[in-house]
Amino acid sequence: MYPSRFEYLAPTSVEEVIAALGEREGAKVMAGGQSLIPVLKLRVASVDTVVDINRVAGLDGIEEADGGLRIGALVRHVEAERSPLLTKRYGLLGATARLVADPLVRNRGTICGSLAHADPQGDWGSAMLAARGSVVVRGPNGERTIAVDELSLGPFMTTLQPDELITEVRVPDPGPRTGGAYLKLERKVGDFATAAVAVQVTMDNGSVGQVGIGLTGVGATNVRATAAEDALRGSEPTDEAIAGAARLAAEAAEPQSDNRGTADYKRNVVRVYCERGLRTAISAARAGEE
Amino acid sequence: MTQLESPTTTGLHTVEVTVNGQARSAQVEARMLLAHFLRQTLGLTGTHIGCDTTSCGACAVLVDGTPVKSCTVLAVQAHGAEITTVEGLAKGGQLHPIQQAFHEEHGLQCGFCTPGMMLTSVAFLKENPSPTDEEIRWALSGQICRCTGYQNIVNAVQAAATTMREA
Repeated sequence: MYPSRFEYLAPTSVEEVIAALGEREGAKVMAGGQSLIPVLKLRVASVDTVVDINRVAGLDGIEEADGGLRIGALVRHVEAERSPLLTKRYGLLGATARLVADPLVRNRGTICGSLAHADPQGDWGSAMLAARGSVVVRGPNGERTIAVDELSLGPFMTTLQPDELITEVRVPDPGPRTGGAYLKLERKVGDFATAAVAVQVTMDNGSVGQVGIGLTGVGATNVRATAAEDALRGSEPTDEAIAGAARLAAEAAEPQSDNRGTADYKRNVVRVYCERGLRTAISAARAGEE
Repeated sequence: MTQLESPTTTGLHTVEVTVNGQARSAQVEARMLLAHFLRQTLGLTGTHIGCDTTSCGACAVLVDGTPVKSCTVLAVQAHGAEITTVEGLAKGGQLHPIQQAFHEEHGLQCGFCTPGMMLTSVAFLKENPSPTDEEIRWALSGQICRCTGYQNIVNAVQAAATTMREA
């Protein structure tokens, strides 16, 4: 299968990328291309110009900076999977990386590209909701930061302007008493999630301090389970509290019945995975507490 | 910025790559996929196209040593890269240890997925020369085989690992 014809540009600087996006209507950024090329081949999307950012300098690397992590726009899933930084307090991110698509796709696809693609089945959208990440965006008028909560408007739709580029995603340091988990049900490796749950918990003197819960594949965007977070925050994480929060997370899910399961089934998966994820995250957070 | 001719004139881009140690170059359309470039432009038909939807991994090749799905990379993106296809595994009439192992362990039946399986395995064994079966299954989990049930593929990769450790 061939995509429709398009022009191809391979700029070497962020400024050139933004200029190319501004000058050309119907231009689209390509990083790893692991979502864009398939949709171009299937011709469910077409673009006039592909702006390939793989030769742009300065967009790589995962590093600790400004009280958190910065992950550049060309960081591939495989780098996140192997990064010693994405363990312990950032363990949610390492756990997510291991479950994105399949190993071959992880060798090419990027975290920021996944966020920009805004597929509600995307894993990083949920993980970054739970970790309270934000993307740094460059455009013709300079730089701005968009919280991941504000990024996605619907399936494949974002608040990014056509001439803006995500240059990095930032994740605030949640502190040492933090644990995370990403649980995903998939029919086979590389399939889209039937449902998945991202959880990050920071403990504070035996109670839950900060908590983030993001849901994959059960709505028009990745979904923050706000009521579940609110119910847990500040409380002692008893079995009842965890089960209650998981029920609230399931209520926040708005899944569609399809060949991966009925809506009720998916909602139940969210509940069970949320409960398991919270237990894993809390126990990891407590291990960081000592 | 890489300067490229306007598609209203020719729409072609120069791709210069090293494939299995040989310098190759061609003029291609931007939309040409690496898999088609290898098969049609260079005539290296050992790279198989299975699903064409980034699902099966049959088309896996090594780009600068990293296994990727060549149906999901543009040929023009490979400009400057070193590519290894299944045709590059045997040297001087001698099968590569991974090929020998797939042969001896019956790691294939129809053989369609085999080039991709072997190339991913070669890259994997470079990183992990003494893997567990579980690690092999994880490394190959992006690739589908409809014949073997995978067990003999895992056996073949283990056998190749042993040969390559002793070499």
